[in-house]
Amino acid sequence: MTLTLSSACALHPQVALRPEPFGALAYHYGNRRLVFLKHPDVVRVVRELGDHPSIGHTLRACGIATERDASFLQALNQLTKSEILRVC
Amino acid sequence: MSASQLVTQLKRGLDAPICLTWELTYACNLQCVHCLSSSGQRDDRELSTQQAFAVLDELRDLQVFYINIGGGEPMIRRDFFDIIEYSIAHDIGVKFSTNGAFIDEKNAQRLAAMDYLDIQISLDGIDALTNDPVRGEGSYNIARRAMDNLKAANFGPFKISVVVTRHNVDQLDEFKALADSYGAQLRITRLRPSGRGVDSWNDLHPTNEQQVQIYNWLLAHGENVLTGDSFFHLNALGEALPGLNMCGAGRVVCLIDPIGDVYACPFVLHDQFKAGNVHDTGGFTSVWRDSELFTSLREPESAGACASCGNYDSCQGGCMAAKFFTGLPLDGPDPECVLGHGADLLEARQASPVSITPKPSKDHSKPARSALSVVS
Repeated sequence: MTLTLSSACALHPQVALRPEPFGALAYHYGNRRLVFLKHPDVVRVVRELGDHPSIGHTLRACGIATERDASFLQALNQLTKSEILRVC
Repeated sequence: MSASQLVTQLKRGLDAPICLTWELTYACNLQCVHCLSSSGQRDDRELSTQQAFAVLDELRDLQVFYINIGGGEPMIRRDFFDIIEYSIAHDIGVKFSTNGAFIDEKNAQRLAAMDYLDIQISLDGIDALTNDPVRGEGSYNIARRAMDNLKAANFGPFKISVVVTRHNVDQLDEFKALADSYGAQLRITRLRPSGRGVDSWNDLHPTNEQQVQIYNWLLAHGENVLTGDSFFHLNALGEALPGLNMCGAGRVVCLIDPIGDVYACPFVLHDQFKAGNVHDTGGFTSVWRDSELFTSLREPESAGACASCGNYDSCQGGCMAAKFFTGLPLDGPDPECVLGHGADLLEARQASPVSITPKPSKDHSKPARSALSVVS
């Protein structure tokens, strides 16, 4: 499925994040996938997704400009595919 | 950030390794002719169980997500299960490499009951005729029995790990079929002239024609076959293979040996690539972050003799260990450079009357068996 601003999702409970200068490493203990989160803003959003009712709410709460919504949705979609995020 | 920007960042090193190889013991029931760590006999200085736990505590604090355990044969250690259970309980996933000798029915069931555990069984031929001359008599049957036991215990998708040589390169399709038949995943890696491989590499390493064969096979199979990103020297042939196109030594990977010495990667067990020991002040963390060796490996490297070749960005000059143990300069072509630049250098070296090839700094091989036994 494709995420929209009104979708709700959260970090998968089996995923750990490790901060790095470029952003973070995300590791999924279940499927053993290692994913590079290549921007600190993406890391902030991913961490907060579970605390807000929707992706849109999270992006606003993290102070992300609306012009960046499309690129964030694309990144979050990819993270859903690799099961770093799960749709709630 | 683009993929190449990420690689640039990774080359500068991370605060902790992405993954780390830990050889638990030099003891081994086999004597493979290409053993990277020249294993055979146990080292008296081997880390104790408590010392191993302390290293794992440190790795957990560093958020190392998983470790690759090897040896020697790691299952020879009496505390093998204690160590892997401690690791997993501290959020460090384990993948371990084994020849399978100790995976009997009972151990297979115990392993199958654990989470966050991967097993890699080494096999270097699709039949005993191909495998056993490299890994030792009976080793093919040992590995297959271990695979049968894991399947019977419903372990799930374990891995079959093959070092590609000139003798098994034609069997890649058969290896894949064998892995499929077990519901396993195939992993193929590059032969390095490290450890006892120093003496066997000349006879085992794939020919230039076979390198092209490996490249095409990998392109056709994509991400369904694991490689540990070990074939990036082949990228000079054209399209890049999947994976990070870079040498991770001391930047994103490293090796801890059975006595706690920390090396840049599993293929360079030599004093020149030893960064420190886990017993040093500040422990593993200081070695990783501050050692002189690792700091220098994170500085921008020079293309050296490869600078004039248009393919350096594709192949990165190949593997540091392969160059070192064949006596080639580190800032020049890989001995298996697919454009033939390494072969020319090797030939010149071998023709020289004073060529000295570095030997591994430690050798735990068992004494050679004599054909004659003395009865008194």
